[in-house]
Amino acid sequence: MTVREVAVRAYREALPALGASLVGGLIAGVVLGGMRAELRAVPGLLVLVPALLATRGNVYGSFGARLATALHQGLIEPRISEADRRFAAAATAALANGILTSLFAAVAVFVILTTLGERVAPLPTLVGVALVAGILSGVALTAVVVSVVFAGYRKGHNPDTLVGPVVTTTGDVFGMLFLLTAVRVVFALGGGG
Amino acid sequence: MATDWTVRAITRAMLPVLLALTLIELFSGLVLGGFEEDLLRSPSLLVLVPVTIGTAGNLGSILAARLSTSFHLGTLSFAPDDDELVGNAVATVALALTVFPVIGAGAWLLTALVGSTRLPVTTVIAVAVAAGAALAVLAVVVTLVTTFVAYRFGLDPDDVVIPVVTNVCDVLGVLVLFGAIRLFVG
Repeated sequence: MTVREVAVRAYREALPALGASLVGGLIAGVVLGGMRAELRAVPGLLVLVPALLATRGNVYGSFGARLATALHQGLIEPRISEADRRFAAAATAALANGILTSLFAAVAVFVILTTLGERVAPLPTLVGVALVAGILSGVALTAVVVSVVFAGYRKGHNPDTLVGPVVTTTGDVFGMLFLLTAVRVVFALGGGG
Repeated sequence: MATDWTVRAITRAMLPVLLALTLIELFSGLVLGGFEEDLLRSPSLLVLVPVTIGTAGNLGSILAARLSTSFHLGTLSFAPDDDELVGNAVATVALALTVFPVIGAGAWLLTALVGSTRLPVTTVIAVAVAAGAALAVLAVVVTLVTTFVAYRFGLDPDDVVIPVVTNVCDVLGVLVLFGAIRLFVG
């Protein structure tokens, strides 16, 4: 193939996935733009945002890829009702790893900003927000990834090509929405310091 | 290569990588925190943050996935006149120049719809396009370097390159956005 043919083909194949994640990213941005009051009320929250969004993508991208590979190999059936112990272990591990990583990020932001002498919210507030956001987005993304991968596979799509765009799109949107929810929940519980 | 499907085995394989990547992401968080006041003053710039980071990571990961496949198929050589290499690099830049004007206009429009915008639409598009063009070039460089290093160390590019490229592009996304905002907004 010539350079031009390679470029045209790569462009055509990538544009739909980029377009889908662009829509998700813009919606996530609108949520972030609407969160200015919360960002002011919780110093350090904005520092936490990239790490939390990336964790959703990394954990659920890997979970989806694992499900896709297992479907290809016939290790699992594409039905929730037939989900077995291995499937439960993969879902539990994704949720646990996502939450642990979010908590680590919250503690790290608190330590770094305190060391730098910057303004930062109390540790329990940041940890509480990371925990609630981790649980809510974890449960929602597990449901989305499982249903899209299973439904796509049953309809004859290659689950490998579905996972990436689905996770980046819904990960950003759910990640931001549940981060906003988490701040409100923690404040309602009196953790605003 | 295949990990056992137990919580313990999956966690042992994943958690160290996740924690390391989190530390990388905290850099971009700290850069964001550094210009938090500018972002809070201009909501349309705040709207740009997740989509710029995400698109930069996607451009890198799509290129990385394509190069990994070419590499596995044996059709890729690391020569500057390699058709696969140059074609995919050109496509990455073209994709960025297609989507970033849409991102800038979309961010401004959505901000105008839900609230008020402080900056003119042309400024927001200029910030998005400048950031996008710079990011496309950086994504190509980072992906090529990472793929080449993985190849040299005998690692499977599928395992290593995509997470590294996605997260490094996230950090670069914030840095470049910061530069573009300084350039066009001051």
